[in-house]
Amino acid sequence: MTLLHDLLATGLSTVTDILPIMVVIFGFRLLVLRQSVVGLGKIIAGFAYVLVGLTLFLVGLQEALFPVGRAMAQQLTAQAFAGTAGRAAPGWSGYLWVYLFAAAIGFSTTIAEPALIAVAYKARQVSAGAIDTRGLRVAVAIGVAAGITLGVFRIVTGTPLYWYIMAGYLMVLLQTLFAPRMIVALAYDSGGVTTSTVTVPLVAALGLGLAGNIPGRSPLLDGFGLIAFASLFPVISVLAYAQLGNWWIRRAQRSKPEQP
Amino acid sequence: MEQLHRFTATLLASARDLLPIILVVGFFQVVVIRQPLPEFGRVVTGFLLVILGLTLFVRGLEQGLFPIGESLAWAFAKRGNLALLLVFSFALGFGTTIAEPALTAIAEEAAAVAAEGGVISHQTAALEHYALGLRVTVAVSVGCAILLGVLRIIRGWPIQVLIIGGYLGVVVMTAFAPPEIVGIAYDSGGVTTSTVTVPLVTALGVGLAEIIHGRNPMTDGFGLIAFASLTPMIFVMAYGMLTQ
Repeated sequence: MTLLHDLLATGLSTVTDILPIMVVIFGFRLLVLRQSVVGLGKIIAGFAYVLVGLTLFLVGLQEALFPVGRAMAQQLTAQAFAGTAGRAAPGWSGYLWVYLFAAAIGFSTTIAEPALIAVAYKARQVSAGAIDTRGLRVAVAIGVAAGITLGVFRIVTGTPLYWYIMAGYLMVLLQTLFAPRMIVALAYDSGGVTTSTVTVPLVAALGLGLAGNIPGRSPLLDGFGLIAFASLFPVISVLAYAQLGNWWIRRAQRSKPEQP
Repeated sequence: MEQLHRFTATLLASARDLLPIILVVGFFQVVVIRQPLPEFGRVVTGFLLVILGLTLFVRGLEQGLFPIGESLAWAFAKRGNLALLLVFSFALGFGTTIAEPALTAIAEEAAAVAAEGGVISHQTAALEHYALGLRVTVAVSVGCAILLGVLRIIRGWPIQVLIIGGYLGVVVMTAFAPPEIVGIAYDSGGVTTSTVTVPLVTALGVGLAEIIHGRNPMTDGFGLIAFASLTPMIFVMAYGMLTQ
């Protein structure tokens, strides 16, 4: 019974999320452009799929993943400090599981992120198959994993957020100069798509749990910032993915003539 | 029959996408936390819903969101009215962001931070006012981002110049913005792009780049999302400076 209630409540909030978009699109289409939409029935059915799909997806996440993920983030961060009360801060290894959890949860939630599936699908279509859907998604997921791990390290050490962000920007700048041009726009985009429905709630829970458990950190001030890491580092990893791919092709071409 | 076949294939792909999460949760539960999963049945039901939901979403993507984004690009190109397209771009960015649940959540937390820092009072009215102001700020910034991004596609400006310029803007703003807003500002860039907006905006951008002569959908079509995650950082820091 509560499941049904959850489904209805989430469905309603998804409708309010989608409604402004539909009003803008169909409003412009019909009133300003004065064009009827070809295949309207099919498109409306498509929107219905999106609506029902997102609702089930969100309710499922709330049932299955979020409570477990939050509890884990809490327990792990509390465990890292077990027995260290009153003493100096625990050593690096005390956080090992926290770092591992950060990386694993960053990677796995990104692979399931629907917005990234959409962009990867489009990229394959536009590049006529040159960009592999799975390869791109794994590259983005590695970036998110690295970003969140580093973000956790920042909360643990209490170093200022902007140092890391500036260093990341510098890295992106340098890579942009050398990366193949066709990947640049897609790489910049991949920063924004990683952090939506699945990743944000879990990552926020991890950040708040950490900041709440480490003495001297304020959950309000230090808990923020993890999402910024998760949207900056995929840009770096996707650029690196393209650079590696290019290097691989060049190496293969160079070694070809030597073969009989 | 073919429909059913395609549905099963998507269902399997969704299950495979979910597999890493299941492995991670299982591993940490068994190895680190060493406690049985509470409410096992509920978790299984939840994962089944997630897989079904993802499958339907992908279906809707191919049938609803991508086609409407592409056909909008065609309709605007046929009409040939740039001002109209720019108004639409702004409205799309603003409209999709203002109702975004993740943004609402972060705006409320940001108001709490501001009250903690003594910028505003702890009264409910002051908190709500601050949170609403922040939401409108972010929505306007995303509207401007889509507008600028569409203009870039049409004019063919190189994306790296604009994005690196934007990064410089963020760096400069960081130096002047009040410290308590910086973390929120950086995070607000990440939460603006929702699951429905991303496919639509991507289809629109790629569609425009395909239609306009001399544009390459790969180098010019992407990039709208990048703008939408960059401008909120600058705008939110400006908001923090103004309300200080």
